Amino acid sequence: MRAATLLTLLAGLALATPAVAADEIELPTQKWSFSGLFGTFDRASAQRGFQIYNQVCSNCHSMKLGYYRNLTGIGVPEDMIKVIAAEKMVPTIADDGTPAERPATPADHFRSPYPNEKAARAALNGALPPDLSVIEKARVGGSDYIADLLQGYGDPPPGMKIGDGLYYNKYFPGNQIAMPQPLQADAVTYSDGTKATLEQEAHDVATFLTYMANPELEQRKRLGVKVVLFLLAMCGVTYAVKRQVWSDVH
Amino acid sequence: MAGLHKSDIKNPVLNWIDTRLPVLTMVQKEYGVFPTPRNFNYFWNFGALAMVVLMIMIASGIFLAMHYTPEKTMAFDSVEAIMRDVNYGWLLRYGHANGASMFFIVVYIHIFRGLYYGSYKSPRELLWMLGVVILLVMMATAFMGYVLPWGQMSYWGATVITNLFSAFPLVGEWIVHLLWGGFSVDNPTLNRFFALHYLLPFVLVGVILFHVAALHVTGSNNPLGIEPKGPQDTLPFHPYYTMKDSFGICVFLVIYAAVVFFAPNLFGEPDNYIPANPLSTPAEIVPEWYFLPFYAILRSVPDKLGGVCLMFGSILVLFVLPWLDTSPVRSAKFRPIYQKLFWVLLLACVVLGVVGKHRPEGIWVVLGRVATAYYFLHFLVILPLLGKLERPLPLPESISRAVLGHGGGGPLPSGAAAAKPMEKA
Repeated sequence: MRAATLLTLLAGLALATPAVAADEIELPTQKWSFSGLFGTFDRASAQRGFQIYNQVCSNCHSMKLGYYRNLTGIGVPEDMIKVIAAEKMVPTIADDGTPAERPATPADHFRSPYPNEKAARAALNGALPPDLSVIEKARVGGSDYIADLLQGYGDPPPGMKIGDGLYYNKYFPGNQIAMPQPLQADAVTYSDGTKATLEQEAHDVATFLTYMANPELEQRKRLGVKVVLFLLAMCGVTYAVKRQVWSDVH
Repeated sequence: MAGLHKSDIKNPVLNWIDTRLPVLTMVQKEYGVFPTPRNFNYFWNFGALAMVVLMIMIASGIFLAMHYTPEKTMAFDSVEAIMRDVNYGWLLRYGHANGASMFFIVVYIHIFRGLYYGSYKSPRELLWMLGVVILLVMMATAFMGYVLPWGQMSYWGATVITNLFSAFPLVGEWIVHLLWGGFSVDNPTLNRFFALHYLLPFVLVGVILFHVAALHVTGSNNPLGIEPKGPQDTLPFHPYYTMKDSFGICVFLVIYAAVVFFAPNLFGEPDNYIPANPLSTPAEIVPEWYFLPFYAILRSVPDKLGGVCLMFGSILVLFVLPWLDTSPVRSAKFRPIYQKLFWVLLLACVVLGVVGKHRPEGIWVVLGRVATAYYFLHFLVILPLLGKLERPLPLPESISRAVLGHGGGGPLPSGAAAAKPMEKA
């Protein structure tokens, strides 16, 4: 009887596992420069991704946890960063106490397109574009999800009714997204001459957003390799000493 | 009786201290020559591992608290600022967050070790009960810690869990408002959870001191579950088990480091990187993985109060386990039926964990109920009866005889003939 219970439970577990995968949308995955134990960000791709963020995404999305100085991490030279930042005006208080604007510096957070949530909703048909600072960590599928979502627009399957001001996207949970398709082929002209296909753009902006969500990634993995190697060596040493100590007992 | 301690320590300065405060003698007695069964397997590493994780948690937590802001509009950003702007802040924060998961893995193995080898049986009942108190305090600490980043799961998890107390008649609502510090999970909740999250680990340290003190009165259990009969059955704690624990700690740290450095969000919910929003409920509210079995028990009962009672009952039943298990034999090695049922219990707990992750519909409800029923049957019905019905295998005469095969007592290592387990606490 106990064996029967056990079998029932095991069978239930086995049956249930594929069911989990079935109610989630299958996300196509791709190769990322930053995955794996020794992964690093593809600097050129991340910089192209920044160009897309700067010219397209940042018109609606904030990224308020990031600083312009963070761009050093993807290889943008410091004097370039000063120029990039200075193109943006950020709110400040003038010497006479009145609200004013000044050019941003590398120490400033990325400028938000709207002063607050209500302003964003008022301008965008009631929808609030999510902040992009940690978007890679905040979505199931991470980098793959970002790249897939940007390529997931299309016509809805026949019979599906799309709500007012919403768009069909096969990778968005619920398939109805308030963001119109943001990227098309040649949405930007890459300054490094790379051909701006939709696939390339999606890959680049996902790389950039992954960097912004995990600016510590390269340092973390580099240190991790050293720490794990050291600890493995310590395992060897302590095991040898343990054997030595126990040799008179066994 | 008052009087100076007669210290054996040669160094005059240390001798002077030890004469007045015999801590060195105590360490020598409790961790130096302390007679420990010679037949531990690696499952006996997990107590020491838990201690190591707790120290890592307290150390990293103190530094995190120096940078964290327990205010609802700033908490989320301050955690991310730790990740980005504090030197090695990402290491502190990922180390702390994953340390909680590691702590539960280690402690759950430690508990199931105790269940398998009957470590809760006389004379170790109080030792076991203190362990259950440790588990409860740990759970409260972990729950409140998870609220601090103030993401969506923090907020909604806190809402669901604190609301459980409202199931209790008469005092329920009062308790919930007391936990909240208001009429919903809000800034006062975050504030008090932060204060308590900082306090409870030190309570934990206190209970652990009692746990260890009780352990040093009864001495450790061992895989055979029979008491050491003499010096041939034991080894001095140092260097034998200090070395064995050191090796275990290194192996553990490899696994811990691999997670922290290469998959730091493995145990986390992506939703908790979305700032808390009281106006938007996530599609699924799931607690941290280590609470999933309890969450499954809660949702297996169609009645709220019933579910809450069973959930708390699943831990409270462990308090009386020493008296529910009527078998005088400790180790499952010599209890053929109990040995199988142990694995069924473990399976039931794993199934509950999987069930807790899924929406309570279809097969998940059935599985959850079967596993919940088995969990309580195991402790409340099977164990009391099994002790009377089961015929245990013959126990070995002594540890040394079982370990060394014949004759008993190999060459005795120096120091092994040391004192009996601490007789006066």
